[in-house]
Amino acid sequence: MGSWNINDQRIPQERLALVSYLSVVLVVLLMVGFWKLQVVQSGHFLDLAEKNRVRSIPIIAPRGPMLDREGRVLVDSYPSFSILLLRDDPKGLEKTLAQIEDGLGISDEELRQELDAAKFEPKFQPVVIKPAASQADIAFVESHRADLPLLELLMVQRRRYQNGEMLANTIGYVGEVSEQQMDDSDGHYRPGDIVGKAGLEREYNDQLEGTDGMRRVVVNSVGKVMRTLDNVEAVPGRPIQLTIDYDLQAIAEADMANKIGAVVAMDAHTGEILAMVSRPTFDPNDFAVRIPKAEWQKLNGDKETPLLNRAIQAQLAPGSVFKIVMATAMLDSKEIPESYGVFCPGHANFYGREFHCWRPQGHGEVELHKALVDSCDIFFYNIGKLLGIDKIAYYGAGLGLGKRTGVDLPSEETGLMPSEEWVQRVYHRKWYAGETISVAVGQGAVTVTPIQLARMAAGVASGGTLVQPHLLKGFLNAKTEHFPLSDNAVEQVTQGLFGVVNEPGGTGYHLRLQNIDFCGKSGTAQLMSYDASNRLGTKKMDGWFVGFAPRKNPDIVVAAIVQDTVEHGGEAAGPVVHDIVKMFYDKKSARTQQQATTGAPAPTGAASAVPARATTSQPLPGAPLVAAVGGQRP
Amino acid sequence: MSDRPQIKDFDWTLLAIVAAINLLGLLEIYSSTHASAMAGMHWKQMIWLGVGVVVMFIMSQIDYHTLLDQAPILYIAGVAGLLVVAVIGFSRLGAKRWISLGGGFNLQVSELMKLIIIIVLARYFSEVRTDKLTLTDICKVAVLTLIPVALILKQPDLGTALVLVPVLIIGMFLAGIEWKHLAVGVVLIALLIPVAWNMRHHLKPYQQQRIETFLHPEEDQRGAGYQILQSEIAVGSGGFWGKGFGKGSQNQLGFVPVRYSDFILAALAEEQGFIGVCVVLLLYLGLILRLVDNAQKAKDRAGMYVVMGVAAILGFHVLVNASMVIGYMPVTGIPLPLMSYGGSSIAFVFLALGMVMNVRLRRFVN
Repeated sequence: MGSWNINDQRIPQERLALVSYLSVVLVVLLMVGFWKLQVVQSGHFLDLAEKNRVRSIPIIAPRGPMLDREGRVLVDSYPSFSILLLRDDPKGLEKTLAQIEDGLGISDEELRQELDAAKFEPKFQPVVIKPAASQADIAFVESHRADLPLLELLMVQRRRYQNGEMLANTIGYVGEVSEQQMDDSDGHYRPGDIVGKAGLEREYNDQLEGTDGMRRVVVNSVGKVMRTLDNVEAVPGRPIQLTIDYDLQAIAEADMANKIGAVVAMDAHTGEILAMVSRPTFDPNDFAVRIPKAEWQKLNGDKETPLLNRAIQAQLAPGSVFKIVMATAMLDSKEIPESYGVFCPGHANFYGREFHCWRPQGHGEVELHKALVDSCDIFFYNIGKLLGIDKIAYYGAGLGLGKRTGVDLPSEETGLMPSEEWVQRVYHRKWYAGETISVAVGQGAVTVTPIQLARMAAGVASGGTLVQPHLLKGFLNAKTEHFPLSDNAVEQVTQGLFGVVNEPGGTGYHLRLQNIDFCGKSGTAQLMSYDASNRLGTKKMDGWFVGFAPRKNPDIVVAAIVQDTVEHGGEAAGPVVHDIVKMFYDKKSARTQQQATTGAPAPTGAASAVPARATTSQPLPGAPLVAAVGGQRP
Repeated sequence: MSDRPQIKDFDWTLLAIVAAINLLGLLEIYSSTHASAMAGMHWKQMIWLGVGVVVMFIMSQIDYHTLLDQAPILYIAGVAGLLVVAVIGFSRLGAKRWISLGGGFNLQVSELMKLIIIIVLARYFSEVRTDKLTLTDICKVAVLTLIPVALILKQPDLGTALVLVPVLIIGMFLAGIEWKHLAVGVVLIALLIPVAWNMRHHLKPYQQQRIETFLHPEEDQRGAGYQILQSEIAVGSGGFWGKGFGKGSQNQLGFVPVRYSDFILAALAEEQGFIGVCVVLLLYLGLILRLVDNAQKAKDRAGMYVVMGVAAILGFHVLVNASMVIGYMPVTGIPLPLMSYGGSSIAFVFLALGMVMNVRLRRFVN
């Protein structure tokens, strides 16, 4: 043993006792610490533990389908998977990014861009990196559950527009809910919810949208689902049936292919829209997933405005179609004798300015019937001068021009029916009498939408009953406006419109239909002044045709416009109206024939033959549709 | 009275407390791991405990005076070992702590250093013949302790490095440090904390991060802050009575980090509640008080220093670990002795307990 103090037996008992006391104090302090967590704040932490453990997975409710008037599916939903990337483990993310990019075929740049965009979102919110996963993508995620725990599959419901571009502007499209909509919804919507953004999708969003369900599962610390706690099934959205007739829509779409313009076909008795076309258009399926920014900018910035529903939003000069209003005003107001006539030399001077008739060589002696059939401008210039703008405006407004028709679509435009009051209110000046001359032939300040013209024509032919156009079958509380017209005025005007199509020399003579009282009026609105078009040698025009059948109390009315055309309305837009009206009657006679042979009411015409095609492929233009009506086309 | 130490003279009360803590540890290790890929861990832990008991017995048979005789050599060997680690040691989890002994055995020198510092300081303080500790003595023991502390810090292993300090403090206290010196020391440490705080940028990134996340746990969801938060959630959600054995969601679903080792107390707190925690803390208090009792009855001052060195280290471990689990201290990687899974920790504790038995057995020997 060394020199050290080996047998020192002085034990500092007091200091050792102090150490004991200190130990007791420290243990008590620790207990207080545990007490605070386990007793005082235990509820709070229990809550947090529950949030850790339980993950709520939304079960997206499918939106209701849209059917045509015969029950054929136009729009439906199908389940699909989105791939989510969890972001709460940045290190793990960085390590596996390359493998994820490889497996899902996403470029590094693209993925980093998406992550960057979500940089300021809460970390627990995953990013959708693949909105529409393919079978291979799903298989990749499933097989890498263990080594790529940051990938997650979410079942979503996607919108499927069976016929692509068909009826697109009317149906509209869906998209992620905007912040504005979320704020307005009182917590009904969550980020990423899909809502109707335009057209019927937006108008009937409440019906179409279902109630999302919720599945609560227990997850472990790496997010693996251990078991299901409970399950609230989603309630699918309700289907809506439209008044659209697939067959009429298809033929209208085919006729309008590659054109700019719009078509509205309407049941003249009820206001049910049978077909509605706007061109150019878009494919709403592009919106159903996530529309790439570039594509959206292209659609939105396109000067031909494919997102515009021209049938209700294009405000255009009605051209000679307005002569229906003029003729009605002339006869109903009785301010001008029925026998009133003028000589048309092809041009005339009003208030010191030269006005031209569309036919340079003139029409010679013209009274009302001939003026409608041949669409003589000189005659109506004189009528306009005699009636004055306010009388014209009274009839125009009475027949629904310059105000919304009330169709069940968002963002309908009003058009404009000018009057002295209007010019005073808006421009604070007096109306110039010369302006009336232009308005008399549907030029100048007057603008209309295609749907207004269809409603106006039906209104005149039915003696002043103006229906409310609508697209929802069983639309409740459709308001009918009455603008009583004298029987004589209705008789004379409709005779004129019958002549347009059925008398040789009428501007629509080439459109006549056998055994059908097809009436109509063409219109050609100039897009530049008479002098300018002569100077340039080109004539860009808007060609209108509004037709209905039969002459008295018509069943169907169709308005069509083809824009930026070199043809007159009768040639440019007439055939579209002709084809629709013909199809309408072909179907009707097929129905009665079937009824006659079977002795029982047929299940609505073509319905039995078409659904398979309607749900599986794009409509084929023209001919194949004949099959749909049982080969009745002569 | 025989010269041979008798088995019956072991401190059986102390060993009963140790066994109770071991048992609670084994149960919690089982509960935490039986449903995971680590199932069967409790069996391995039992083997370690068995080895520990043997080691303890051997240690109790070597007269602690013999160990204290060798103090200078042990110290030099220990410091040299730490230097060797710094040069040829290999890294595990970012820290250079291990020397390979071949045959699959790896030696964690810093763990042995804990024992060595107990022996060295016991020897030094035994040579102080007065009732009062002079400033020169204080400086000498401080340097003696801070050399290995610095070397371990360098590995880097902040936790183990700090564990050596309480041995020094309790030794100085028992050797009769004057109250005024103690007061100056406390003031100095209080002044040093802000300085250390400003020096934090010189710390290793992982240490910086641990301090950052200790202060702001919510900002670092998956790092050390995440661990503290999950631990607090486990403890807090356990409530007064606990969720029941094997029923803690934080524990069973793996939210509690290293729930079978450093955070085993969080796992236990979740499943056994405040009641369970109190039982555990009281067992540890019993252990410490029993050690103090042994120190009071030691035959000589040297024995007292050895026992109290052990008590200081065990007490410090419990204090730091339990504080960490409830978020009062940063994550330092200090296990809960006798409960946490792990061979190194168990080997050290049983070696230390062996020395305690050693002191006790010799109180009647002349």
